[in-house]
Amino acid sequence: MSWLTPTMQDLLLEALWQTTLMVGASAAIAVALGLPIALLLYATGSDGLRPTAWVNRPLGLLVNAARSTPFIILMVAIVPFTRLVAGTSIGTGAAIVPLALAATAFLARLFENALREVDKGVIEAARAMGASRLQILLKVLVPEALPGLVAATTVALVSLVGFSAMAGAVGGGGLGDLGIRFGYQRFMPEVMATVVLILILLVQGLQSFGDWLVRSTSHR
Amino acid sequence: MAEPLSNLRPSAIRLTGLRKRFAAGGTVALDDVSLDVAQGEVFGIVGRSGAGKSTLIRSVNLLERPDAGRVEVLGADLLALDEPRLRGARRGIGMVFQHFNLHTRRTVAENIAFPLEIAGIPRAERAGRVAEILPLVGLEAKRDAYPAQLSGGQKQRVGIARALASRPRILLCDEATSALDPETTQEILALLRELRDRLDLTVLLITHEMAVVKAVCDRVAVMEAGRIIEQGRVFDVFTRPAHATTRRFVAEVIGHAVPAGTVARLPAPTEGQERRLVQVVFAGPNSTRAVVSEASRDFGVDINIISGRVDEIAGEPFGVMALAAYGPAQRVEAALGWMRALGLEVTEIAP
Repeated sequence: MSWLTPTMQDLLLEALWQTTLMVGASAAIAVALGLPIALLLYATGSDGLRPTAWVNRPLGLLVNAARSTPFIILMVAIVPFTRLVAGTSIGTGAAIVPLALAATAFLARLFENALREVDKGVIEAARAMGASRLQILLKVLVPEALPGLVAATTVALVSLVGFSAMAGAVGGGGLGDLGIRFGYQRFMPEVMATVVLILILLVQGLQSFGDWLVRSTSHR
Repeated sequence: MAEPLSNLRPSAIRLTGLRKRFAAGGTVALDDVSLDVAQGEVFGIVGRSGAGKSTLIRSVNLLERPDAGRVEVLGADLLALDEPRLRGARRGIGMVFQHFNLHTRRTVAENIAFPLEIAGIPRAERAGRVAEILPLVGLEAKRDAYPAQLSGGQKQRVGIARALASRPRILLCDEATSALDPETTQEILALLRELRDRLDLTVLLITHEMAVVKAVCDRVAVMEAGRIIEQGRVFDVFTRPAHATTRRFVAEVIGHAVPAGTVARLPAPTEGQERRLVQVVFAGPNSTRAVVSEASRDFGVDINIISGRVDEIAGEPFGVMALAAYGPAQRVEAALGWMRALGLEVTEIAP
């Protein structure tokens, strides 16, 4: 274990913290932005609560465009925007901007699908009881879809761990970046193996926690 | 015989000239349907799937907006209401569904409180109302259970309790018992009748099962291809169905088809005699007379009872018999004519 010097330990810890920060912050932003977008997509869809093609189509197109752009390209393509939001285009903070954007588009679709899974009968019952559209969205759809929303968030978190490895390209740091710089470029396979191991544990942990949360929120 | 309820009490639901077509050129779900349900009655609409009955009941609270016609509920013209007022009107119309449509992540008590919650009623008051309703449907012990932990019958009890939470005057039942087994169906129907009496509800229900109509309804309308083809008091429709479709529905419940094998084994008429196979429906004032022995004695015909049963529909006795009458053609005809004159319905059965 001669490679695991105190300096290397610090580097690993710092990289873990950067990854956690990038994944956590971008996921939080993506949930906060993705849910309203998903609700809007659901509500304005052709079989939604108020079908509105002129909202649904452009919004759906935008979400798809963001989803179909490879993350590495998205990251460099929106550099001016990142500079506007984060004040810089380099560093962990700056990496959160493209990560949040990609995750928002990804989650918006996953959330929309989770909302669609909700039994139409429950929505109809709420309509029959005199619920408004907003009440149906917030008091029926979101609570009923919660286990699905949690599962979607878990999937997004796991994907974000992978995406965040690319953030090194904009100086974002993190575990992936560390693995590339030391494990690959400096021929230190031990570092690469350690990074991969930590990533596996991280993903496993996230998935198990997500699964547990889904189980404890659904009463099926 | 009692006057039909509809003549005595004001109208609860009045539908006039409803028309609805799904997609241009598509099938017609409602084709000039008019219906008047009196306050306090249980009114059934029966029909095969696709007859338009679901569209009809969903028109009452405008879950489905008809293309033309008028929908009046307790005097209010629903099609004239704006969105907020319509939501207010819907709170006065409870609805129960075939698949219960409960919130899976809410407990029994929370499901029942839901309509009160969306009506903006404070939490404490909601809890009080839930505590009032739970015993009505016999679910006190299940208040904190989730729907997944309940049986079908219990789920429907929650559905009924939820529909009644905001004290509606009208209850719509959309195939409310179709997902339940026969025993549970009878339980739920008994509960509906009891609640109707206790809470002075008006109940409009749709079903494809004539047994449901027989068990719980005061009046019935039969639908086919978007039209009401027959309607009236349940007893009248059961004992004197006018339309072929109605007859088929009635036969499901009080079926009296005579098996072909039975007919084949009947003795053939002797020389100079004839045999007539008839079905006699005993209803009305002469339904308790000793019709068979009187006919045999007075007209000199032999009567062989092939099948028979006695039933009760909407609280009135009712019997149906299949008879084989033997004798000289004229005397047999006279005997059957006498039965008809007594007000019994006599129809020929194809041998």
